[in-house]
Amino acid sequence: MTTTNTGGSAVQQNIIELVDICKDYNGTEALKNINLYIRKNEFLTLLGPSGCGKTTTLRIIGGFEEPTSGDLLFNGVKINDLPPYKRRVNTVFQKYALFPHLNVFENVAFGLKIKKLDKKTIEKKVRNMLTLVNLAGFEEREIDSLSGGQQQRVAIARALVNEPEVLLLDEPLGALDLKLRQEMQIELKNMQKRLGITFVYVTHDQEEALSMSDTVVVMKDGTIQQIGTPIDIYNEPKNAFVADFIGESNIIDGVMLRDYLVQFAGLDFNCVDRGFAEMEPVDVVVRPEDIQVVAEDESKLKGEVKAVTFKGVHYEMLIDSTAFRWKIHSTEMAPVGAKVGLKILPDAIHIMKKVATK
Amino acid sequence: MKKNWLSYPYLVWMFLFIFLPLLLVLFYSLTTRTEDGLRFTLAHFQRFMEPIYLRVLFRSVKLALFSTVICLILGYPMAMILAGNGFKRKQVMVFLFVVPMWMNFLLRTYAWMTLLEKTGLINTFLSWLGLPPLNLLYTEEAVVLGMVYNFLPFMVLPIYSVLRKIDKSLIEAAEDLGADGFTVFRKVIFPLSLPGVLSGITMVFMPAVTTFVISRLLGGGQFTLIGNLIEQQFLLVGDWNFGSAISMVMMLVILVSIGVMSKYEKENEGSGLF
Ligand SMILES: Nc1ncnc2c1ncn2[C@@H]1O[C@H](COP(=O)(O)OP(=O)(O)OP(=O)(O)O)[C@@H](O)[C@H]1O
Ligand SMILES: [Mg+2]
Repeated sequence: MTTTNTGGSAVQQNIIELVDICKDYNGTEALKNINLYIRKNEFLTLLGPSGCGKTTTLRIIGGFEEPTSGDLLFNGVKINDLPPYKRRVNTVFQKYALFPHLNVFENVAFGLKIKKLDKKTIEKKVRNMLTLVNLAGFEEREIDSLSGGQQQRVAIARALVNEPEVLLLDEPLGALDLKLRQEMQIELKNMQKRLGITFVYVTHDQEEALSMSDTVVVMKDGTIQQIGTPIDIYNEPKNAFVADFIGESNIIDGVMLRDYLVQFAGLDFNCVDRGFAEMEPVDVVVRPEDIQVVAEDESKLKGEVKAVTFKGVHYEMLIDSTAFRWKIHSTEMAPVGAKVGLKILPDAIHIMKKVATK
Repeated sequence: MKKNWLSYPYLVWMFLFIFLPLLLVLFYSLTTRTEDGLRFTLAHFQRFMEPIYLRVLFRSVKLALFSTVICLILGYPMAMILAGNGFKRKQVMVFLFVVPMWMNFLLRTYAWMTLLEKTGLINTFLSWLGLPPLNLLYTEEAVVLGMVYNFLPFMVLPIYSVLRKIDKSLIEAAEDLGADGFTVFRKVIFPLSLPGVLSGITMVFMPAVTTFVISRLLGGGQFTLIGNLIEQQFLLVGDWNFGSAISMVMMLVILVSIGVMSKYEKENEGSGLF
């Protein structure tokens, strides 16, 4: 499957291009024909379940893994064979990879010392960076005396202090608690904007991906499923996998009767999609928050409330209709056992081509 | 702290075979037998201060240091090759490396004698090439060779085991931050391997400074080391008191070098002897 970013045509703007990249680890295909354009100064996120090839993609960009086939371009120049230390790219590794024999300051200063900057500049840059990641005063601490979250921030500082053109981040906030994580998300996003660095960010947390990115790349089994802005991805998921992975969804089998009319759950619904063959089987995706619970006689689609869970901002209800168990998010609650009607507006119905599942 | 009864046999063993003999040696080194019984004296230690004995001590330390340095120079790259992932049959190589250690140390040293002899393999080969024979055996170099040959595995193995445990991602992180191959070695691999280097140095230096077999077989008795001196005092001369005093001096040398090493180890928070 080949996909390109929307508007990735202006060649000069693409700082990194992956052209038909495949990666094979002795028989296991980790990446299959990846085509991806990363524009200068964009915040691009690779999102997907465990083992889908996110880290492998980053490692190819960083130079730690050679693609089995395909080309990697940096500012339009092929860099397949360029060793990592010559690439103007820095990485925040999934497992931090901090140097245990150096203290916090020395870890962060590592790259600057190799560039042979003078002592004063190094000192200033490192201190600024440590302040930025909330670790001022930790300069002399040994790495193994830090908590997981602190180590992660040292790893971010160590990469960012070099002001690379591209920063690769492999689940950099994985070890942080929710509050610190949200703070760091905002901080990272600010830094990215302020320093004008292109971020390639890996996460399997869809909320994080949606809230931080300019572009989200959804991956599965070594292939790209969809590339788009967070809003596109959320509102117009290309297939049932993306819809399911990005937020919760009701996914039900349906048949496209004709343009703008789809049948599912034994009923006909008006919709906004067209261009399918007549009687083509499709996946119908409806977000839980897009279904309204109404009085039983107000809708043809009826069901019985089976379970209600309070989720903080809203209630989650499981409602059984004849053919399907619906998941519904609403701020108002119907009690368990109540018979209700379900109302789905045409633009809440997303029709997706069935993908051949292996 | 409550003692576990299981440790008693071990304590008895320690007392009988380590503590008691040491105490005896200390006792002998500080006493002398006169007509009217035992007398406390420092004379044996004073005697050791004579130049002839000090020269032996100096030579022992010199040859041991020399061998240790050679072992380090040969052993470090060897350990790196073994630990490197470019190497397919790693286990086999390590095995081959360890096999000679299972053979008796004396046998291996005798084998070198037959190689280095006037009529030995090397000289036979040289004369076959039309070259004059070399004086190989019974030289200081032969003694150093014997030490290096016998103790090299003790240098390679601890370094190898430390190198193998270095997280590959640290090397990648260094490369990522702009370090080329040599810089990665200088700033990451070598500092992280220091605990292995230190225990390697200790494990080569200790047996080298105390050996008496290698110097006797390959040095032909011309290069008396401190170990030979002790052996002589006990077995040939029969002066147990002086022999004990020399032993105590040697203990001191060993303790001092262990002290120096462990001080370095602490500074580098090493993982101890392997
Ligand atoms: N060095 C390797 N040797 C063999 N297979 C590998 C290697 N590295 C990765 N793989 C395989 O390639 C696939 C993709 O792995 P990758 O690490 O890129 O996943 P990921 O998307 O980063 O997952 P996670 O979210 O768990 O980190 C997996 O099936 C993995 O088992
Ligand atoms: Mg990963």
